[in-house]
Amino acid sequence: MRARVFVTLKPSVFDPQGTTVAEALHTLGYASVKDVRQGKYFELEIDAANSEEAKRIAREAADKLLANPVIESYRIEVDAAQAEMAR
Amino acid sequence: MKFAVVVFPGSNCDHDAQYAAEHVLGQQAELIWHKDTSLRGADVVILPGGFAHGDYLRTGAIARFSPIMQEVKRFADAGGPVLGICNGFQVLLEAGLLPGAMLRNANLHFHCEHVYVKVEQTDTPFTLACSTTRPLSIPVAHGEGNYYAEPEVLARLEKNRQVVFRYVDASGQPTAAANPNGSLNNIAGICSEGRNVVGLMPHPERACELAVGSADGLVLFESAVKAVSERALATSR
Amino acid sequence: MTITNDLVAQHGLTADEYQRIVEALGREPTLTELGIFSVMWSEHCSYKSSRVHLKTLPTTGKRVLQGPGENAGAVDIGDGLAAVFKIESHNHPSFIEPYQGAATGVGGIIRDIFTMGARPIALLNSLRFGSLDDALVRRTMAGVVAGIAGYGNSIGIPTVGGEIAFDESYTGNPLVNVFCLGISRADEIVKAVASGAGNPVYYVGAKTGRDGIHGATMASAEFDDRSAEKRPAVQVGDPFMEKLLLEACLEVMRSDALVGIQDMGAAGLTSSSCEMGSRGGAGVEIDVSLVPQRESGMTPYEIMLSESQERMLLVAKRGREAEVERIFEKWDLHAVRIGEVTTDGRLRVRHSGEVVADIPNTALTDDAPKYRRPVSEPAYLAEARRLDLAALDQSVAPRDAFRRLLASPAIASKRWVYHQYDHMVRTNTLVLPGMGAGVVRIKGTKRALALSTDCNGRYVYLDPFLGAQHAVAEAARNVACAGGQPIGATNCLNFGNPEKPDVMWQFVRAVEGMGAACRALDVPITGGNVSLYNETDGRAVLPTPVVGVVGLIEDAERVGRRPFRSAGDVVVLLGDSRAELGGSEYLKVVHGTIRGVPPALDLVREAAVQRLLVESIAAGIILSAHDCAEGGFAIALAECCFDSGLGVSTDMGAVTDGEAAFIDISTLFAESASRVIVSTSPDNVETLLTGAASAGVPAAQIGTVGGDRIRISVDSRLVVDESLSDAESIWSGALERYFERARAIA
Repeated sequence: MRARVFVTLKPSVFDPQGTTVAEALHTLGYASVKDVRQGKYFELEIDAANSEEAKRIAREAADKLLANPVIESYRIEVDAAQAEMAR
Repeated sequence: MKFAVVVFPGSNCDHDAQYAAEHVLGQQAELIWHKDTSLRGADVVILPGGFAHGDYLRTGAIARFSPIMQEVKRFADAGGPVLGICNGFQVLLEAGLLPGAMLRNANLHFHCEHVYVKVEQTDTPFTLACSTTRPLSIPVAHGEGNYYAEPEVLARLEKNRQVVFRYVDASGQPTAAANPNGSLNNIAGICSEGRNVVGLMPHPERACELAVGSADGLVLFESAVKAVSERALATSR
Repeated sequence: MTITNDLVAQHGLTADEYQRIVEALGREPTLTELGIFSVMWSEHCSYKSSRVHLKTLPTTGKRVLQGPGENAGAVDIGDGLAAVFKIESHNHPSFIEPYQGAATGVGGIIRDIFTMGARPIALLNSLRFGSLDDALVRRTMAGVVAGIAGYGNSIGIPTVGGEIAFDESYTGNPLVNVFCLGISRADEIVKAVASGAGNPVYYVGAKTGRDGIHGATMASAEFDDRSAEKRPAVQVGDPFMEKLLLEACLEVMRSDALVGIQDMGAAGLTSSSCEMGSRGGAGVEIDVSLVPQRESGMTPYEIMLSESQERMLLVAKRGREAEVERIFEKWDLHAVRIGEVTTDGRLRVRHSGEVVADIPNTALTDDAPKYRRPVSEPAYLAEARRLDLAALDQSVAPRDAFRRLLASPAIASKRWVYHQYDHMVRTNTLVLPGMGAGVVRIKGTKRALALSTDCNGRYVYLDPFLGAQHAVAEAARNVACAGGQPIGATNCLNFGNPEKPDVMWQFVRAVEGMGAACRALDVPITGGNVSLYNETDGRAVLPTPVVGVVGLIEDAERVGRRPFRSAGDVVVLLGDSRAELGGSEYLKVVHGTIRGVPPALDLVREAAVQRLLVESIAAGIILSAHDCAEGGFAIALAECCFDSGLGVSTDMGAVTDGEAAFIDISTLFAESASRVIVSTSPDNVETLLTGAASAGVPAAQIGTVGGDRIRISVDSRLVVDESLSDAESIWSGALERYFERARAIA
């Protein structure tokens, strides 16, 4: 099973990287991009019987390690994709 | 008395902290590998600067799970003095021994320079010999020293006098220009509620001899020595 | 597999070279063998265009413990210790991927140092970029600086100095030369040698992937429009892995269970195995299916040619395997046995037992092609050396030229750069960056080392022989200004395409000049690097032979520093000033041209000046010292004021040999060699002047430190009168302004 964990900065936290990316996009002509928030994306290949178990494991991983609860929040998606996919 | 300097894979300033404690101050300082489960009778624990685990994932995020951290937590809970310097401060934050978190420097660059910090509290083991009037010249060297805490936490820290070090200019004013990384309230270092765990981003171990630019950092180590001997006296009564 | 002419050409080999391969093997090569030859015989690995010339350089001396031929050089610094150092380039990758190109360059040179058993304690870098008005150049520079910082800071080795220069010729060919210094016990230098039949060969470090395959051949080829496709050839560095390797290797070396060790750099597993075998007169047999791999389905060809970073090859003593493995396990590294040392002098590669390559080591190393390529003096030279000052625009007054020079990126403060480098970790740094030579103390001794890397590419362009001498002289002079006696040097020779006779002429003349200067100043070359093919669409970089000099300071409490110390101190100018504007920063910045002949260089005078500096600083007579370089006297004087809070007033005699309309300009901005601005207390002036006289060094008392202005008079006429704070603000903010305009994405 594959769990995708999306970790993002909490709205109240200042994101200088996101701001820089937005400015760079503006310089490239994309004035319509109003804001950018930068986050992290993890793909976990999990040996689990079903998606519930995979989700549980991913949630624990996120709580314990992948996200810092002081500044970050996360959401999880799980699918049964095969481990070896085209790059 | 003995200092313990914890070494994580990727720690870089462990030798510097040991050198300051041993060569400059004449105290015993032992390097303790992160996989050890004993602090070997140390009186003061230092978590040094560096890039533990390459700063991968988040600074200090993986180091907080090292076996030695159980001991450090026990030591801290029992009131033992713990100093987290730079990466060490980050580890203490991730381990929950200090409140808040670190973000990337506001200008997105690593920054290495001598800065001024004001000592605002002298009732911690690492500042009891410090003056609160004369700012200390101590170097910073970090890419993620932008201290953040949620508004209520921040307010509580200030109210409880847990802000121990603040970035200031030469005359002692906490101006924006004096802030090297965008930290909220120019916070350079804080302590725990019990006041025995202290974390700061600047590197006092790099300011222990005039030859390398400043000796203002030595007083933090001297304070620790004094704190330990006072504690020994107190417990022997 | 049939080897076609196309396949041979794709591998960067000529038909001739292919014939030599067939002769060396006694048969046609396998594909894996072809790949192995192609990287070992590439310019980058074999030095085929440069070897015969490099042999003419002086490489011996009473302090030399290790000359060229190993991963780095070493000199004796007393107290039973050795300074182990080298400079290396990572130019082509830094154009393709600036951050990782520069980062892996830093990683590579650090490995070269610790593989010798020395703990690295300092880094410097010499960088060259195009004009900062070009957005792509700014992005390249920002990426390179961030990459050097990212790697060096993470692994915890301070970057304590270096230099950056700019010229349009570097636009598509930035130069990234990184110097590293380490300290080891003089009797414990570890060699990269494989010996002792049956001794196990171990692989340790990162897993092998497909990165950088043909990186060595890429570094040996010019860029053209198709360079963008070469992106996959750049490796990603992992400084954390390297930190673990560094600590683990140093620990293993202390255990004495090691026979030899080498890092896997250019040409990865291939070069490390055959070079170690070659040096030990032994053979090395490995099975690549045992190599830890991070991608699936890798062929032996790919495994042998991969340039994945942070990997070491080592030969342990038979019977000590468990010990070696245990030390690496402590650091969460897995040392994997992949083969053993044999007696037949061959590199034999197996894949799951089957032999896929079997080559005599010497065919790949000592017997690699050596070329004496044709040379011919370039057509541009005669014309470029003509400088008719009278024909130049005279409207820019000295005070305006002064301000423009202060703001020129080559001269302006590099603070924006070095604030990104951790220059204090390890608490050895005695002189902060931006102040001339980097100086680090040697803990456990009273000594310190002064380090400098220098080269003026314009001078080399206008006169390769003389220009290369200037590089040696300047690096040694910077070190002497810090109070260091130059004791060894390393070089990084950055040139264009050696198959072009005019480029080859520049190279040969530069090496000749460098050799002559090293002999005159008694500074042996202990090792170095050659980077050729620095050209894009046929246009070569300014020939840039960078020289790194190491100097020994006997008393770490007597270090020469650049800034003035106290108001009232007397300013003395050592050396002779002439109207030598050829190749100067003034000509480039104000008139947009590189013309003329470089300043004359009298190596006897240079040696005398350096000796005087070292002695006077050790005796405490000199309070500050700074040599005149780009921008000449006026800029050097201003630089002595910056970071001191003190202004200065000077009055000097005009140069007597100049173009009338440019007398003041020449006096202020000519770059005459072997000149140093020193300051001393009024009590010591006599002593200093007497010392200079007996050393045969002209010395003129020209002014006094103090006030809040920079005042320069020529024949008592006030020619520059600038407020110190204005001048300093121009100088310190210039570089930042280029980068604030358009922030590169981090």
